[in-house]
Amino acid sequence: MSIWIAIAVTVVGCYVVKLAGLLVSAGTLERPLVQRLAALLPVALLAALTAQQAFADGRELVLDARAAGLAAALVALLLRAPFLVVIGAAVVVTAGVRALTG
Amino acid sequence: MRSPVVRDALGVGVAVGLSGFAFGVTSAGSGLTVLQSCALSLLAFTGASQFALVSALAGGGSPVAAAVGAVFLSMRNAFYGLRLSQLLALPRAVRPLAAHFVIDETAAVALAQTGRRAARLGFAVTGVSLYVLWGLTTFLGALGAEAIGDTDTWGLDAAGPAVFLALLAPMVRTARHRAVAAVAVLLGLGLLPFLPAGVPVLAAALAVPTVLYVEGRVAGRCAAGRAARRDRGGRGLGNREQGGRAQPNREEGEGR
Repeated sequence: MSIWIAIAVTVVGCYVVKLAGLLVSAGTLERPLVQRLAALLPVALLAALTAQQAFADGRELVLDARAAGLAAALVALLLRAPFLVVIGAAVVVTAGVRALTG
Repeated sequence: MRSPVVRDALGVGVAVGLSGFAFGVTSAGSGLTVLQSCALSLLAFTGASQFALVSALAGGGSPVAAAVGAVFLSMRNAFYGLRLSQLLALPRAVRPLAAHFVIDETAAVALAQTGRRAARLGFAVTGVSLYVLWGLTTFLGALGAEAIGDTDTWGLDAAGPAVFLALLAPMVRTARHRAVAAVAVLLGLGLLPFLPAGVPVLAAALAVPTVLYVEGRVAGRCAAGRAARRDRGGRGLGNREQGGRAQPNREEGEGR
């Protein structure tokens, strides 16, 4: 049930944000500070999400096979691999390291 | 001729639409049902936020904190909408429907076109092809993940961080972006043991005002230094002020 609540809040929230952009008058969001915050906010959130997803287990920090997978994704990104190849590299390397280290 | 627009739009729609597989698998691995995964893809329809939500739920976060993080992450769509409403000049009656398709990819394709007709066509074709495929591949991915059982054995828990990294990489272009990312990582990981699940990611958003504040202080000090040197008949800018985080360069346009 709580998952459905989260889904409902996300669906409504994301739609309102999208619609707001199309409806508000240009002046509101055109201010330089607002623009700068908007450009930087996803950088902060995505960086924190990447780190947590790779190095957290519950509320503890761990270094496991996912770190190797993330390193593989980074290499794939530096080689300008397509999106799905980047994800695939992370998955395959993580599974491989986990299989080897048991 | 409008076929190049359609080709580009379909290319983006198909390539990104296929990554719904990754979302379906991650979502199912996070404990959501096939129906819940599909509901997110069809109704929320903004990839990064969907990944953020299911990851936060998997980490045991409260549903509201998880949803707030996801909506935060979607804020950039409002800025795409602002640019698109000027470019596409949509009639008011169409806007509530068009809003659903205001995402990274449709904005990127539409903003790359010259002329209103091409922009509208690019927006529509990217939006519809991506929407259909994203929904379909989410369904197949979630179904597949349920069939194979323990997704961790297959390394599928690494798909989440890889997706976030792949979304993040093209956004990080300047020293300021790198500083924000670094501070956010420190906050996100450092606060993990002390705050309820889902909250550290929200706290990581404080990296933005932190970096802007420090930048402002450093820039202010540099300006003061320059003024002092000018008073002494100094020789202009030292090299050190040009590099690093103090660089007062403006944003090179937000998003993609």
